Amino acid sequence: MELLAFGDTGWGDELFYATLMTIAVSITAMIIGFLFALVFTPLKLSKNKFLNFIANSYTTIIRGVPELLVIYLFFFGGTGAVIFVASIFGYNEYIEINAFITGAFAIGIISGAYSTEVFRGAIQSIDKGQFEAANVLGLNKFGKFFKIILPQTLRLAIPNLSNVWQITLKDTSLISVTGLVEIMRQSYIAAGSTRDPLFFYSFAAVLYLLLTFVSMKLINRLEVKYSRGY
Amino acid sequence: MDLELMINSFPKLLSAAVITLKLLSVSLLIGLFIGLFFAILRLNKNIFINRFAYGYSYIFRGTPLLVQIFIIYFGLGQIEYLRSTVLWVILKEPYWCAIIAFALNTGAYTSEILRSAFQTIKPGIIEAGKSLGISNKVIFYKIQIPIAIRQSLPAYGNEIILMMKGTSLASTVTIMDLTGVAKYIISTTFKPIEVFIVAGGIYLFMTFIIHNIIKFLEKKYSFN
Repeated sequence: MELLAFGDTGWGDELFYATLMTIAVSITAMIIGFLFALVFTPLKLSKNKFLNFIANSYTTIIRGVPELLVIYLFFFGGTGAVIFVASIFGYNEYIEINAFITGAFAIGIISGAYSTEVFRGAIQSIDKGQFEAANVLGLNKFGKFFKIILPQTLRLAIPNLSNVWQITLKDTSLISVTGLVEIMRQSYIAAGSTRDPLFFYSFAAVLYLLLTFVSMKLINRLEVKYSRGY
Repeated sequence: MDLELMINSFPKLLSAAVITLKLLSVSLLIGLFIGLFFAILRLNKNIFINRFAYGYSYIFRGTPLLVQIFIIYFGLGQIEYLRSTVLWVILKEPYWCAIIAFALNTGAYTSEILRSAFQTIKPGIIEAGKSLGISNKVIFYKIQIPIAIRQSLPAYGNEIILMMKGTSLASTVTIMDLTGVAKYIISTTFKPIEVFIVAGGIYLFMTFIIHNIIKFLEKKYSFN
């Protein structure tokens, strides 16, 4: 137990901050994922074959290639890409992107592919009558989307989005390979310096279980909130 | 775009893909038995057995695969007692540690897939078996299991693809699988995009093949 003490004698405070880091990366990645979904879901539903093809390539490639490989691409390629873009604008100094942004972006792209599929499924399963009814009421495009379609989409999407959240949360453990100090990295450091990997990795497992457990409880509440009236 | 590097790294990556496939098939095979075992425990009416099986799947589905590999590879070696048993022959090999972690992980997901498949079997089918005078054991093996396998094919196909992606974590415990070799080439040549295209292409190809095999099986074993 003294291994987990807060302060200089134990790893309690380090692991606590690492847990906060895991939560921060997961939430950031989830939001980046939503932004990707916001772009790619309409492309998936579009009648244009070319736009369809782009969106399908995105979701197929990301969902068919290991997360770790995507992270390596961003970890090794991210800096190069940013320097390249900067050089176009005439900036030629070395730019170091921090591990948080690289990691959140890599996980965000992965989570976005899953979110896109979830939103596509949810929108497609909304009854056609709802769209027609909105038209009959004379709502404009925005009113139709935000007042009629979106609330219903959310109700249908939340159970599946909670799966995406779980996947995203667990995927953040892979960012530890880039050196970002989240739960996994901190456990690795602690295990190395105390020579007690069994304890620290098991403790990391407990932390992840706790995170998934608490977030499931919170998401269940959301689910209840959005299914009022059903 | 460095085409030469892409062509040169292709054979290396292809032979590494064989290791990925080996890891995948062995852990899926073991995981299937683990999954079936725990799915049967989940259907048991005894609350302790039931909770035990639920706890197993909850823990393995609620924690990252990376943690599981690290506990087995780095953690178990720490227990002095284990080092003196026969088990150590297996546990000192990163290859087997990875397979144990993968099998336990996919076993947890498989048990959930099979459990829900068992639960969706209509009671009428079992009753029909009983009224024909077939014993409970035979009903289970000849009626329930085949139907459950058919029911769970689509979900299990997804699980196979997820597991294939999961095997990439073997590279974190020094196994040179497809991702391991890809990372090695990237870190020596600093050409991440080229290597990603080749390695990712091989992964996508494997996903494509698995997807089509499952589709074929689904059609073959469909009820109508």
